[in-house]
Amino acid sequence: MFHLQDITKVYRRRQQEVVAFKASSLDIGLGEYVAVVGPSGSGKTTLLSMLGGMLSPDTGKVWFEGESLYDLSITARTRRRREQIGFVFQTFNLVPYLTALENVQVPLFLNGVSKSEQRDRAVSLLEQVGLGNRIEHKPSELSTGQQQRVALARTLANNPRLILADEPTGNLDPDSREAVLSMFDKFVSEGRTIVMVTHDPGAAARASRQLRLNDGMLVSSEESQNVTGAKPAKAA
Amino acid sequence: MNLKTLVWRELAERPSAMLTSTLMILLGVTALVAIRHVTVFSEREVGQQLQSLGANVLVLPKEATLQDYYSADLTERTLPESHVASILLENLPGVERLSPKLCVSAKVADRDVTLTGILPQSEFQAKAVWQSVSLFSNKHEGCKKAACGPKTYDAAPETLASERTIDQLKGNEAVIGADVAEFSALKPGQSIKMFGEKLQVLAVLPRTGTVDDSRVFAHLHTVQRLTNAGEVVNAIEVMGCCEDAAGGLVPKLAELLPDAKVVTISQVVSTQVGINRLMSQMSLFVLAILVIVGGASVASTISSNVRERRREVGTLMALGATPSLVTRMFLLKAWTLGIVGAVGGSVLGLIVAMVLGSQWAGVAVTPLPGLIALSIGVALVITTLAALWPARSAAKLDPCCCFQEI
Repeated sequence: MFHLQDITKVYRRRQQEVVAFKASSLDIGLGEYVAVVGPSGSGKTTLLSMLGGMLSPDTGKVWFEGESLYDLSITARTRRRREQIGFVFQTFNLVPYLTALENVQVPLFLNGVSKSEQRDRAVSLLEQVGLGNRIEHKPSELSTGQQQRVALARTLANNPRLILADEPTGNLDPDSREAVLSMFDKFVSEGRTIVMVTHDPGAAARASRQLRLNDGMLVSSEESQNVTGAKPAKAA
Repeated sequence: MNLKTLVWRELAERPSAMLTSTLMILLGVTALVAIRHVTVFSEREVGQQLQSLGANVLVLPKEATLQDYYSADLTERTLPESHVASILLENLPGVERLSPKLCVSAKVADRDVTLTGILPQSEFQAKAVWQSVSLFSNKHEGCKKAACGPKTYDAAPETLASERTIDQLKGNEAVIGADVAEFSALKPGQSIKMFGEKLQVLAVLPRTGTVDDSRVFAHLHTVQRLTNAGEVVNAIEVMGCCEDAAGGLVPKLAELLPDAKVVTISQVVSTQVGINRLMSQMSLFVLAILVIVGGASVASTISSNVRERRREVGTLMALGATPSLVTRMFLLKAWTLGIVGAVGGSVLGLIVAMVLGSQWAGVAVTPLPGLIALSIGVALVITTLAALWPARSAAKLDPCCCFQEI
């Protein structure tokens, strides 16, 4: 699915350069469940942003499904993201003035889905995550676990093949954490690819592969011992 | 879910954040609509006044003022009646009618009235025939009047109120103003005693709201005889065929009658015209305020909204919102503020104009759809221009900000 080639991303602040991410080669296969781990500031979110087509590298290429992502126009890249990528955020990033139903409808609206279809699909997704009775609730009226489940329903709205998750369990209680990770297991078993940035060793251990970053460098890439996800397919 | 829902939900959830901008636009549009409405109707009123008076030129004694003329206080200052004949014989281009007047103070039923001597138009016709001149047939250059020439002079006496002249009036007849008729309880056909002589009331004039309501009009020569004034008049009203005639007539009359003062009626309304001009300029000033204050307020509100919603915008972009959609989202928000402010301001401005227009400017105001549409259009253009920069800056936000923790 992904092939990163000679990637460098450098941030410049007050005439100082900080290497945010550097990798000569990195492949992520279709159906892989990858956990990106490492200390704060090690480049995890930078990697996730580049994979999501939102941050162009200073050098190198990010190949996604055989296309050089950053050689595409912004519009084309936005379309790839809209149609093929789902995001999960640590703080859920729900739109506070929209109901759970409307939050799930947002990516469908952005993808040009008709209003009636938006509603049907959003209701179905919220029922799948166990919130069929909370569709008219606003985020402030939901628990953090429920908010993350709404966010997961939103992630699945356009049936993405790739899910990019940024600390998805960081703000959750143990039960909610387990619920989210179980859903991730399910997503992988459905053939989706997940790249998850996490500080949670338990969550990372459930991934099929762990990428360890330190000071922007990819220091190791190892198979997890406790793999629950599907076996990685051949890298695109 | 669509863009409108997305924008409307936020505005409905946090209306206070947008209230200041809406209020600024509303107040600006209110002032603009109110001032323009009153100005337009005031200008129309002045135009109608001028129209109703015709392209009048006044020939007055040198020492008299327009104020004297309009208060009918001209008893001490006179012109020789021969000036009327001079104007008639000169057959100046654009002159359609002449109305010499002699005003004297009198009493009717113990009330002060002004006895005004006038010369009926039929006598001009007789004089013209006698002196072999073509009466009032000389068109001025560029005259807009279709017909000019012989007239029948048989209009009803009540037309004196609007036309300033009367076609037929005998020496023993009088036409009385509405106030005189009311307090003296006189009707057409009855007699009114003036300076010891009975005059038959020919007609009662409709109420005009002017000094004419307290006048008794009689034949000029009767008034001259009754008051021993001699062959004099206080003023000669010269009615031009159309408004354009006045400008050309003034210098010619001044040259013809060097001992008289020649003024145009438009000078009478010069104060009102000046106020109208001031209000017109004031509306430009209000427009400038609307542009500066309203525009700055909208720009500030949308900029602040973009800053507050960076993370939300980043999330929308991560979910697949294009930069153009983000731009449209903020522009739609600005347009909503603009429309609410402009429509509310138009309604409020119209109410203010209708209520205060009659009190302050003495004009009846009715809605001018074109002006309201223009005001709304101006407000929308201002809000669009003001919101364009912050909206475009929102579209350029780094979508990665969706990953940053609050």
